Amino acid sequence: MDNYLKIESLHKSYNNIEAVKNISFSIKKNEIIGLLGPNGCGKTTTIGMILGLLKPTSGKILLNNKDIEKNRIETLKKINFISPYVELPKKLTVKENLIVYGKLYGVKDINLKIDYLCDKLRLDEIIYSITGELSSGQKNRVSLAKAIINDPMLLLLDEPTASLDPETGDFVRTFIENYQNEKGNSILLASHNMSEVERLCSSVLMMKNGSIIDYGEPNKLILKHGRKNLEEVFLKLTRKNEF
Amino acid sequence: MYGLFLRHFYLIKSSFPRILDLIYWPTIQIILWGFISKFFSSYSDYYNNTVGVILTCAILYDFLFRSSISFNMLFLEEIWSRNFTNLFIAPLKIKEIIVSLIFTALLRTLIGLVPAIIITAPLFGISILKLGLPLLFLFLSLYIFGITLGLLVSSGLLRYGPSFENIAWSSLFLLAPLGCIYYPIEILPHFFQLLAKGLPLVYIFDEARNILMNGDVDYTKIYFAYFLNIIYLVVSICLFYMSFSRSREKGTLINMGE
Repeated sequence: MDNYLKIESLHKSYNNIEAVKNISFSIKKNEIIGLLGPNGCGKTTTIGMILGLLKPTSGKILLNNKDIEKNRIETLKKINFISPYVELPKKLTVKENLIVYGKLYGVKDINLKIDYLCDKLRLDEIIYSITGELSSGQKNRVSLAKAIINDPMLLLLDEPTASLDPETGDFVRTFIENYQNEKGNSILLASHNMSEVERLCSSVLMMKNGSIIDYGEPNKLILKHGRKNLEEVFLKLTRKNEF
Repeated sequence: MYGLFLRHFYLIKSSFPRILDLIYWPTIQIILWGFISKFFSSYSDYYNNTVGVILTCAILYDFLFRSSISFNMLFLEEIWSRNFTNLFIAPLKIKEIIVSLIFTALLRTLIGLVPAIIITAPLFGISILKLGLPLLFLFLSLYIFGITLGLLVSSGLLRYGPSFENIAWSSLFLLAPLGCIYYPIEILPHFFQLLAKGLPLVYIFDEARNILMNGDVDYTKIYFAYFLNIIYLVVSICLFYMSFSRSREKGTLINMGE
């Protein structure tokens, strides 16, 4: 299968800190890869570089064989992102936000797209609500709608179910699964929810101190490290050499 | 580009307090200067028979102030709403962001200033339109300088993050004394005169006063103001691009979004 995203020897240092140290990995089409690691291990920096928000100190990021640094706008059309730490304009209604982002991403038939998103993400009841007045779960669904408004070939999910109740969390996970099956896109999922990663991801990257310390299918990693589940693998790997 | 304009248009149209806030300050400012103008025109030889000089200059200065602040506000709005990351990961070229903010800032400025200008006629018997066609040139020149200042402050916000916010508010107050808005440049001490001569504001306001007091137009001053404006605008655009690049290196963009 083709690698849709290819990271080659990616390195980032700023403020005298080596945030990401020569990491390499790839994501194939129709694949969900999990990005795991403790806080401050370099996950957000890696995602930031893929999104073009950070300039790599060295290394390459290729999206569909095109260097992101050299084709920033072209590649951004094919990427999207969701994070609980990034919000949509609070004073706008859900529909206004979706129209704005539809326009920014050059979506052709925006009304048709909004109808599709309303249907898939249960937005009908809140479409005319003010975004800032929604509950966390509702906001999350709206952010997800924004994240898929351009039918991204690469979707970056940074803790997409953080602070959601179990029902909404499950709804989001099921949606991601179904959406990925329907569109066949590539997804990079950064999460601290190990069961979520086990459920959604075909492979997992374990990061620590800016480096990838292990990589593989969740089941194989569990077997390799002789643990019961991914959470135990995570704890074993991240606590290694620490006091 | 249209999407970004739409984002701010929705924001303005959905909030009556926001519209009121946009109108309130220019109106108060102009009413205040209207009365001061009335007083000076009655008791000052310099402003004799030129009732609208101070008020016209106040309106022009407010136009400059609003256009610059509007540009900064649009930028700050994205930071406050934690929407910065979403904006900068959208497939928008930097020049598209700049152009979009320029037009949106104009909308904000006009919403605030048009009602204030309208009330000057019935309240003080003064119409800024007396400046005639050159008014358009003066407004455009001021708008370019306002946008230039907005770009410089936004470059600082990009480079240094929200901590640069205070500069956004104080940038114009710093230049106001040197801009010679209400008085000729000769009033300034020699050293300040040298500095002031590098600002387009001096030529714009001097020409506004000249038109109102003498009734003729000296286009050389208007052209020179444009010449300076273009230099500053090009510098500010370059600085904006450099700040964007630097913020990608230093990680300011990603930290600002969260």
